[in-house]
Amino acid sequence: MQKTILAKTGNEAMALAMKQINPDVVAAYPITPATEIVQIFSQYVADGEVKTEFVAVESEHSAMSACIGSCAAGARTMTGTSSQGLALMYEMIYIAAGLRLPIVMADVNRALAAPINIHCDHSDTMGCRDAGWIHIFSENAQEAYDSMIQAMRIAEHRDVRLPVMVTTDGFIISHGMERIDTLPDAEVQSFIGKYDPMMHLLDIKKPYTVGAINLTDYYFEHRRAMVDAQNNALKVIKEVGAEFGKKFDTNYGLIEKYQLDDAELAIVALGSTCGTAKVVIDKLRKQGVKAGLLKIRVFRPFPAEEIARALENIQTVAVLDRSDSIGGFGGPVFTEVRSALYGSAKKPRIAGVIYGLGGREIDMEQIEGLFMDLKAGQVKADSVSYLGVRD
Amino acid sequence: MANLKELAARGDKFTGGHRACAGCGATIVARQALLAAGDKPVVATCATGCLEVVSTIFPYTAWDVPFIHSAFENSAATISGVEAAYKSLKRQGTVKEDIRFMAFGGDGGTYDIGLQALSGAMERGHNMLYICYDNQAYMNTGIQRSSATPKGSATTTSPNGKKIPGKVQFRKNLTEIIAAHGIPYVAQSVVGNWSDFTKKVEKALAKGGPAFIAVLQPCRLGWGYPPELTAEMGRLAVDTNFWPLYEVEDGKYKINYTPKERKPITEWLFQQERFRHLKRPENQAILEEIQKDIDLRWENLGKKCSQ
Repeated sequence: MQKTILAKTGNEAMALAMKQINPDVVAAYPITPATEIVQIFSQYVADGEVKTEFVAVESEHSAMSACIGSCAAGARTMTGTSSQGLALMYEMIYIAAGLRLPIVMADVNRALAAPINIHCDHSDTMGCRDAGWIHIFSENAQEAYDSMIQAMRIAEHRDVRLPVMVTTDGFIISHGMERIDTLPDAEVQSFIGKYDPMMHLLDIKKPYTVGAINLTDYYFEHRRAMVDAQNNALKVIKEVGAEFGKKFDTNYGLIEKYQLDDAELAIVALGSTCGTAKVVIDKLRKQGVKAGLLKIRVFRPFPAEEIARALENIQTVAVLDRSDSIGGFGGPVFTEVRSALYGSAKKPRIAGVIYGLGGREIDMEQIEGLFMDLKAGQVKADSVSYLGVRD
Repeated sequence: MANLKELAARGDKFTGGHRACAGCGATIVARQALLAAGDKPVVATCATGCLEVVSTIFPYTAWDVPFIHSAFENSAATISGVEAAYKSLKRQGTVKEDIRFMAFGGDGGTYDIGLQALSGAMERGHNMLYICYDNQAYMNTGIQRSSATPKGSATTTSPNGKKIPGKVQFRKNLTEIIAAHGIPYVAQSVVGNWSDFTKKVEKALAKGGPAFIAVLQPCRLGWGYPPELTAEMGRLAVDTNFWPLYEVEDGKYKINYTPKERKPITEWLFQQERFRHLKRPENQAILEEIQKDIDLRWENLGKKCSQ
């Protein structure tokens, strides 16, 4: 199978994936830095390159509402947003998952106001981590492209039936030009297959009610069923990632271990920072420092067991969070990773590091410095510190 | 238009057994709207509120048509999505039937929190009928004032107090706001005039494109009158010119019913608990303001019809 090498920004790569998925409906609203995704996609619609009905809604709240209506009507449905847009959708984010609708959304991670900021951090999607969506982070444009295609399969899988958000780091990935391998349209179509919903609103001979009120007698069971679906997704995401690898040569899992098996010092991170960390680790390894990285690709469902197994034999771990739980004990990645390790017989010394809020640069020197601090025992276990902020 | 005999022979698509109050007008709106659609397939949605809460208590449903509820402020956006899916799938040949789309929302979900979503859907031109069941307050949460609440009305958030005698402001004229969108069909109807409402639903569905009908819907609990008077309270609102029955078809205004003799507004107000305090002599000026406002609105409507 012939792949085509293209120079694409993250946004262009995601828009291309959407074009190749060729959804029945896209409902979206512009927001920096995700605007380009729907802008490029609108051009595909205007040029008749997709069969999609594009709904240019008047807000993100309506974007997700229209996606909910569309998906419940049996249409393959996609959207894209970022930051404040995701925040405005928040109510509907929960409802999309609760109604078990396999919507796929591209979210370009951007900081939340106030102060208003347009640059990357993960506070937008972390703010809805309990909503029932599957969250897939991307290290680069290639992963964003590949994950969008896989997301459709994961979302629509009968054992899952949950919406998926695929995220990229705002500007760093969304606007950074990269070399990506792209697949032929027909290969994407054959990989995702035909959407065959179990029930839908346009099946007028079988009328049914979506979104009924559940009182004390049913609500709990329906929410519990979402937990089962998330647990099923752990397996489905790996299956889909392996099938993708078999067909297109790149395997995807829930996590990625980089120089981790024999590592003494490790960092845990999400998104584009992982790419920077890998370069630093290569350098440190040459110097004889046993440094490694655990990249979390899938934050929901949270692969707690895999993470615990990957980290339990390491001496010292720093968990990097690009969002903060203000007033809490560390960022969401730190608290969940630390919690995942609680039951392990051997536990690493583990600390939380908050970095990069509002797009604050994280560079190789900082990551190297962090490893050096870990090595020197200067990072206090069970503490949370801030990297790259002026005190 | 279908006559009463024909309507009676049609099976209900909004069925009994729901949990609405005795004398509820909202369920009459839903039942009559779906009856008016006849054998045309309809997909319906409803904003969070009385109608949704009483009709879809899981695992039961009163809706014998495909139905979706998602949230409060977005029934217009939700049905936009359903209609977009229909357009796409029809174009692709996977859906064959000719389907209509109906959205219901109360005045809170339409005049207030859902106004933006409604305006957006009307502007985009979705093929849908939005029906606002306007009972003039947030009834589901316990009778709070909305921008549809008439001046002088006591609600739980505009109570009649020692200093302030009920709602201070006049109500918003949503029908005119929607008419300003220049959509094919906008109308006002009322619970208590089945033939007017049926005709308007039929017309709206036949026109194609976005359509909007505001239905004044008496609420016995929120308004404070005996449940058997629901239809009567609707008709009296029309006979006092408080709620004119009119339509705007392709931009042309038409009053559908002119009372032989306009009744004074007090005949309507004084049958309702929410206006009881207006009987007091110190509130006489408010009554006069209300009457003046009604007459002015009627006059302005008349001018629009003669244009």
